[in-house]
Amino acid sequence: MVAGTLTSGGRSFERSPLSRLPDRALRWTLTGLAAAILVLIAYFFIRLYDEAQPVFTKYGVFDFVFSNAWVPSQGQFGALPLVVGTLVTSALALLIGVPVAVASALYVTELAPRRVRQPLIILVELLAAVPSVVYGLWGVFVLIPKLKPVEQWISDTFGFLPFVGGDVAGPNYFIAGLILAIMILPIVSAISREVIATVPVEHKEAALALGATRWEMIRMAILPYARAGISGAAMLGLGRAIGETIAATLVIGNAPEIAHSIFGQGYTLAAVIANEFGEAASDETHRAALIAAGLVLFVLTLFVNFLARYFVLRSERTR
Amino acid sequence: MTALAPISSRRRAKDRAMRAVLLVGTLVALVPLVLVVYYLLQKGLGSLSWSFFTTDPTGRFLGDPGGIKSAIVGTILIVGLASVIAVPVGIGVALYLVEYGKKSAFANAVRYFVDVMTGVPSIVFGLFIYIVLVLSGVGGSFAGWKGSIALSLLMLPVVTRSAEVVLNLVPDGLREAALALGAPRWRVVTRIVLPTAFGGLMTGSLLAVARGAGETAPLLFTAFAVNATTWDLGSQMNSLPIQIFNDVRQAQTNIVERAWGSALTLVGMVLILTLIARLIQRRSRIA
Repeated sequence: MVAGTLTSGGRSFERSPLSRLPDRALRWTLTGLAAAILVLIAYFFIRLYDEAQPVFTKYGVFDFVFSNAWVPSQGQFGALPLVVGTLVTSALALLIGVPVAVASALYVTELAPRRVRQPLIILVELLAAVPSVVYGLWGVFVLIPKLKPVEQWISDTFGFLPFVGGDVAGPNYFIAGLILAIMILPIVSAISREVIATVPVEHKEAALALGATRWEMIRMAILPYARAGISGAAMLGLGRAIGETIAATLVIGNAPEIAHSIFGQGYTLAAVIANEFGEAASDETHRAALIAAGLVLFVLTLFVNFLARYFVLRSERTR
Repeated sequence: MTALAPISSRRRAKDRAMRAVLLVGTLVALVPLVLVVYYLLQKGLGSLSWSFFTTDPTGRFLGDPGGIKSAIVGTILIVGLASVIAVPVGIGVALYLVEYGKKSAFANAVRYFVDVMTGVPSIVFGLFIYIVLVLSGVGGSFAGWKGSIALSLLMLPVVTRSAEVVLNLVPDGLREAALALGAPRWRVVTRIVLPTAFGGLMTGSLLAVARGAGETAPLLFTAFAVNATTWDLGSQMNSLPIQIFNDVRQAQTNIVERAWGSALTLVGMVLILTLIARLIQRRSRIA
């Protein structure tokens, strides 16, 4: 379309330059806003890196991430316990959360009676409406005391397994993983539902027509088709779990060490920032170390989200 | 023609078992919601009273801990300003993507980075605003408006993503009809596209606001916290999430009770916003 030029019966309806002004203004304002996003992200990364620089020059990036000593009072900043804590809790969250989320997505889309579908979806979505700090509060005063005997029993009975056994600490990796699992459930479930909804009806009907039971239809027609998308959903959930701050801070125990069991206390990257930043304002190295922890966290979530995008895009391309 | 072979009892049993597993999975997913709501009501209702909403926290550890007036005022002001920033900018970016950028490389780059922003942990946004606005001392040290900006960075990508979906639902026929009648592009956008998509845009924005209202981490070292009520976004401000976060870590029962009361209030506010958003969604023509 040629913008603004129109002729009819020899009369030209070309717009005057003045009347095109608002058009241009709107166009460039909106483009400017979009460009601002790119500038913002770039500036964001540069400033974080800048502020973390003192720690990176002192320890080197590798030593900062992989040395096992976080003792701010002695000026030692090795982020390994935090990285391990972040990864362990997020892995637990995936292990607990993803099967439940996928089960609920499958049930809602394929098995639930039509009348209860929408209510079930709304209820699962409501889990996302509860603020992180409220989950933390609930974790501290309900989950930790109520689950402690159960955890101790598991720890005693299954002590022969790796990473299980010993005394159960009140706040620990497992509790944090459980709370994170609850928090990522709605997003993983929602995206899984979307992915499952894109499985062509023909595939499902073909499976059923060949005599498959409902479950066989799910296993043979839906799951293979939706696998990439569901992996993407899990990755997005992982990204959320890694970055989740407040709930984890309240139930992880805040001990900068690597526990030998999933029922031991630990720390996460996000939690250490939330806890120590207030006192670190006066100590330059400590502050830089916390900002560096933030940067590591940022890069970690970036990587995971990148993977998620890759999986989801791949599942879209096969459609 | 021979009859179909009946499904063997083994396959039938497996089908039934797996269906049961999926049902149980769904029920398990709902357990935390029920438990959280139950405990919020059980432990939070008791502390709600007129004075709970109309007095400030006293800051004393013994005796009367006071109410949460300053936290409620702070949350409303901080989230309000954050919405005023994030909603127009977020919708503007989405308008660019749908109306102008479309499938261009630049538009795709913007889409990608909006996605990246969605994945940035909220505490990292807090750090960023601390570095850029607090550390540099722009307009004093900690301030409510700095918390608002941190929150708006968090809300922005959510607004943009949902707005893009809604704007894409506006039928092209409407745009073409208006253009064919000789309307300039900016009129098409302001008079046709935006009004048509209004309901959906409101829903997406309100859901983003509701999400932002519950965020604690970006406010920790931007808005900070004080006990007294202030209406001045240029000074340090209390907020509900921060109030809860600080109260949880106290040992005194009455302070913990205040945390439950504040949590119930916060969840109530978030739920009301979510409910309004859903009602608008039901009434709007698209989305």
